Amino acid sequence: MTGRVCCEGVTIRLGGQRIVAEVAVDVPAGGWVSIVGPNGAGKTTLLRAVAGLIPYEGTIEVAGSSMASLSSRARARTVAVVPQDPIVPLGLKVLDYVLLGRTSHISRFGIEGVRDLAVARDVLQQLELSPLAQRRIETLSGGERQRTVLARALAQEAPVLLLDEPTTALDIGHQQEVLDLVDELRRDRGLTVLSTMHDLTLAAQYAESLVLLDRGAVVTSGTPDVVLTEDNLSRYYGARVRVVRDGGTIVIVPLRSSIQTDQLDRDGVVLDDVHTDVDAEARTGRHL
Amino acid sequence: MTVDRARGTTLRPSVLLGAVVTVLVVSMLGLTIGPTSISPLDALQEVGSHLPLLHIRSPLPPAQAAIVWDLRFPRVVLALLVGGLLALCGGSYQGVFRNPLADPYLLGVAAGAGFGATLAIVAGLHSGGGGSSDLIPLAAFAGALTAVAITYAVGATGDSRRSSASLLLAGVAITSLLTAMQTFVQQRETDTIREVYSWILGRLTTAGWHDVVLVLPYAVVSSTVLLAHRRTLDVLSVGDDEAATLGLHTNRVRAIVVVAASLGTAAAVSVSGLIGFVGIIVPHTIRLLGGASYRVILPLSLLLGGAFLVGADIVARTALAPAEVPIGVITAFFGAPFFVLVLRTRRVVAT
Repeated sequence: MTGRVCCEGVTIRLGGQRIVAEVAVDVPAGGWVSIVGPNGAGKTTLLRAVAGLIPYEGTIEVAGSSMASLSSRARARTVAVVPQDPIVPLGLKVLDYVLLGRTSHISRFGIEGVRDLAVARDVLQQLELSPLAQRRIETLSGGERQRTVLARALAQEAPVLLLDEPTTALDIGHQQEVLDLVDELRRDRGLTVLSTMHDLTLAAQYAESLVLLDRGAVVTSGTPDVVLTEDNLSRYYGARVRVVRDGGTIVIVPLRSSIQTDQLDRDGVVLDDVHTDVDAEARTGRHL
Repeated sequence: MTVDRARGTTLRPSVLLGAVVTVLVVSMLGLTIGPTSISPLDALQEVGSHLPLLHIRSPLPPAQAAIVWDLRFPRVVLALLVGGLLALCGGSYQGVFRNPLADPYLLGVAAGAGFGATLAIVAGLHSGGGGSSDLIPLAAFAGALTAVAITYAVGATGDSRRSSASLLLAGVAITSLLTAMQTFVQQRETDTIREVYSWILGRLTTAGWHDVVLVLPYAVVSSTVLLAHRRTLDVLSVGDDEAATLGLHTNRVRAIVVVAASLGTAAAVSVSGLIGFVGIIVPHTIRLLGGASYRVILPLSLLLGGAFLVGADIVARTALAPAEVPIGVITAFFGAPFFVLVLRTRRVVAT
């Protein structure tokens, strides 16, 4: 299963408005790329186009075939999506929900077969959901629910996994749990992962490379070091942050407007790269 | 590992058998209860005597035999068909629109059928009354299908995220329009109000096998298509967007299910008038008791919707005998409290 995702010159218009413009994103097979950017930058829209849910201009090739040319069934076998805010069907059991992921493998009027059931059970086991298989979905906790949605996506056995803000609804422990799990699955199964992320620290820790999107265009991309600079974050997010290197990883520390930078120094955080000001110039530059 | 034996939700054979037995028992009551009491065994033998290859001789005198075979049996079968269709179509609409308030009359079927029937009744009156009763089902059927076709033409959009809501709203608009036209025609011809009103309340006529033959082909086609979509409706329960990422062609599925359900509803309505409540109460009761999967809801709706209507018809025939209470009154009168009861007792579990 090799699932390189290659977007070139992708432009997306919704309701006459251009949401995404001339975007190029390349995720090597087995890689993990995260799309970051402020609210309204077009991250989710781009992801929806890669999932084949909305029309686009340009080329989006997944595992060698153009998304626009595939049938919905073939698409679902190529790309599995974990939506940002999945709809929870009341009364459906966890196992039944995960079996929905087998739709593209089941004939149109058919019912799950032995192999579908085996795949669903495997996935449940791998995500440690087996004891919950007969529970109704709405009775699960947020973390369990997110794993269940992930399980449904994995049951599709698609080489590419799209995650739209997979951690937004979770506490920090469950955020790590889910992302660790995705990373483990990526290595185990050779999955290609394309995600959108709000939490930049987590994005930097898990993705191999980042694409920073602002107002529908790629403004910079590359390794987390290159993308997540204080300059970029203040310019595109309008955020006052300190980018701190803690060992090998990047930590984004938000700054309150009144907080003094030396306070942080006193608290013993190791600072690589100290920018004392709030980058007010850069922010005004953005709004001009 | 106990988990390795975990199975997806399916209709358990024991539950299916229970539903079939319920249908048979209620049908038997429908054959035996009435002004002329007939024992179950006699009724069975009478029915058996009409089946080929069985060589059963009916013990009943001709008059009673006629009551069973020509009056009660076709009426029971018609109630099974109409009740089953309405419940099945209602359940399918609820699934395809992900809307618990959806009923089979949603997209204008009721108003269209009512308008068609009113026109036929009025026309029958003008032509001397004779042939109107044959015309009413056809006019109602045509009116129902025309109404749904207009609703679909007006309401369907290419955007799958919007089309559900816009179809429902188009249904509301078309229903209002056709109801207004129906009321206008009815008020212009006040002599027909009684007949029109009785049609709108719904009733099962005792007209031999004629109505059964009329509904049967549509019932077969509609139920086959809808039952074939039982798993697909489960997939749709996660919404159009997610269903599409799972590999479903959502707009096509919705179109097929809506057409099949509308055809079934139109056929049922054309012979029985507007029997309310069956299409909304039966699938919901099954959902509350048996879970949210359409592989359980749809087949059980078909069976138990039929049984429910046969039961309601028994009450309608006998409560004020020899007068008949409109069956729509009975379905609501008994259905509503029962439904509330189920809702109250199951709510704790559901949330």
